Amino acid sequence: MVKKIPIGPFHPILEEPEFFELHVDGERVVDIDITIGWSHRGIELLSEHKTWDQVPFLVERVCGICSASHPYAYVKAVEDLLQIEVPERAQYIRVIVAELERLHSHLLWTGLAGHFLGYNTVFMWAWKYREPLLDILEAVTGNRNHYATWRIGGVRRDLPEEEIPNIREMLDELEKKNDLLTKAIIDDPVIHARTKGVGVLNQTKCREYGALGPTARAGNYNIDARRDHPIDAYRNVEFDVIVCENGDVYDKAVVRQLENFEAIRIIRQCLDAIEAMDGGDILLEIEEVPPGEGLGVYEAPRGEVFHYVRSDGKNMPMRHKIRAPSFNNILTNEYTVPGYSVADAGLITAAVDPCYSCTERVGVVNARSGERKVLNEEDLIRMSREKTERIRRELGIR
Amino acid sequence: MSLGLKALKKSPWVFHVNTGACNNCDIEILDALTPRFDVERFGIVLVGSIRHADVLLISGPVTRNVLPRLKRLYEQAPKPIKVIVIGACGCNCGIFRDGYNIIGPVDKHIPVDAYVPGCPPKPETIIAGVVKVLNTL
Repeated sequence: MVKKIPIGPFHPILEEPEFFELHVDGERVVDIDITIGWSHRGIELLSEHKTWDQVPFLVERVCGICSASHPYAYVKAVEDLLQIEVPERAQYIRVIVAELERLHSHLLWTGLAGHFLGYNTVFMWAWKYREPLLDILEAVTGNRNHYATWRIGGVRRDLPEEEIPNIREMLDELEKKNDLLTKAIIDDPVIHARTKGVGVLNQTKCREYGALGPTARAGNYNIDARRDHPIDAYRNVEFDVIVCENGDVYDKAVVRQLENFEAIRIIRQCLDAIEAMDGGDILLEIEEVPPGEGLGVYEAPRGEVFHYVRSDGKNMPMRHKIRAPSFNNILTNEYTVPGYSVADAGLITAAVDPCYSCTERVGVVNARSGERKVLNEEDLIRMSREKTERIRRELGIR
Repeated sequence: MSLGLKALKKSPWVFHVNTGACNNCDIEILDALTPRFDVERFGIVLVGSIRHADVLLISGPVTRNVLPRLKRLYEQAPKPIKVIVIGACGCNCGIFRDGYNIIGPVDKHIPVDAYVPGCPPKPETIIAGVVKVLNTL
């Protein structure tokens, strides 16, 4: 007998509201319906009523965690329209802030994944290591989140020279901590049992659903906009694109952890380049935007962000289209969730990193009798943790 | 002071709702629970159900889709409940004020006790806001 479990649209932990309806047969999920649009704010239309220079402030509020990626893709779209190249120093500053954001986003995800598994230690550790990162972002850009760094033709603030040693020190420290976290995940038999072979998204399915970012790279689908469409200083730095084989939740976690090391590597190269540079312009003044259209692509922590702008020669965009990676990635849940238990469903939906946006209240509806049992987000996390405990006992740990 | 109120002041349980924010405020609320700020040592706990909550933290401008849910949440909350709005969007819709899908700030729809402005407010500010509300009890 198939029952329906609505998950969402609210949840108390994090991120945008989404709504999933799980169709369950006993413990096993057989189908999933996905509804999005709860936090639809009409940003595209709003941006068509703002001047070119005001839009970066708006698009960095598309998503609080991707608040470097969206303005990056937007300014690249306008610069594509203008056919200009920004000053070299500005290019490096952009990459530094963007990669710092990737680090904090991946650490945030690792913490939350630990929280859902019942490893609150991982949650607390990951978020503790994230704090020095936010301090650096505050020192460099003036705010912990929402950096307001991007501007068409360059950046708004120069990187203070006296901060460079602090950034290096923070990176050294973070590299050790990230190593520790990665090893903790790779070595833990309980995490293996909970996440290996769960929510598998193979390469063919990645292509079919258009999965992006770490979700795709975990499934052996080798795409990364930083390498495929190199922009700014990404052309001058060396980094590896991390790709895993299996596409399960475990691989998605490993890809993100290993990407942190690559991000640290990129930031170090950028700092070297800036130190060697001895000053320089950070902004190319733009007088006006001629009619035309431009595309901007950037690899956000969750995948490829795409912005399109069209200008009719006025001081505002005539059309501004935004495509965020989570839109593609959320849909992959349709394939990955069915076949697994309800306790796994939360973990799988979290693994694509829209996080667990939706588990504020869950009602189990008995389709035949209309009888309704209400579960909340606590119950779901409890179910997930009970499964971890069960596996721990079976493995004879603790 | 009644016994219930005393208990509330001793250990306020907070529930948080995102009514269409960019989720930065939500991250900063969670951040207040993690080791650097660690409000749990003062008995402030983030709970998973509105029915356990003493304090409601709301972030974000209210979107058309979310409004019925927000009103239902407020009705389900045990009274007295203190409502604190976190972030510029919740206080006055911020940068999204002119959006077609935005129907006013939070205080237009439910009673609000305190506003914590900022985009996003730092965790220190959020903690200060909660403490100020508790001091009025």
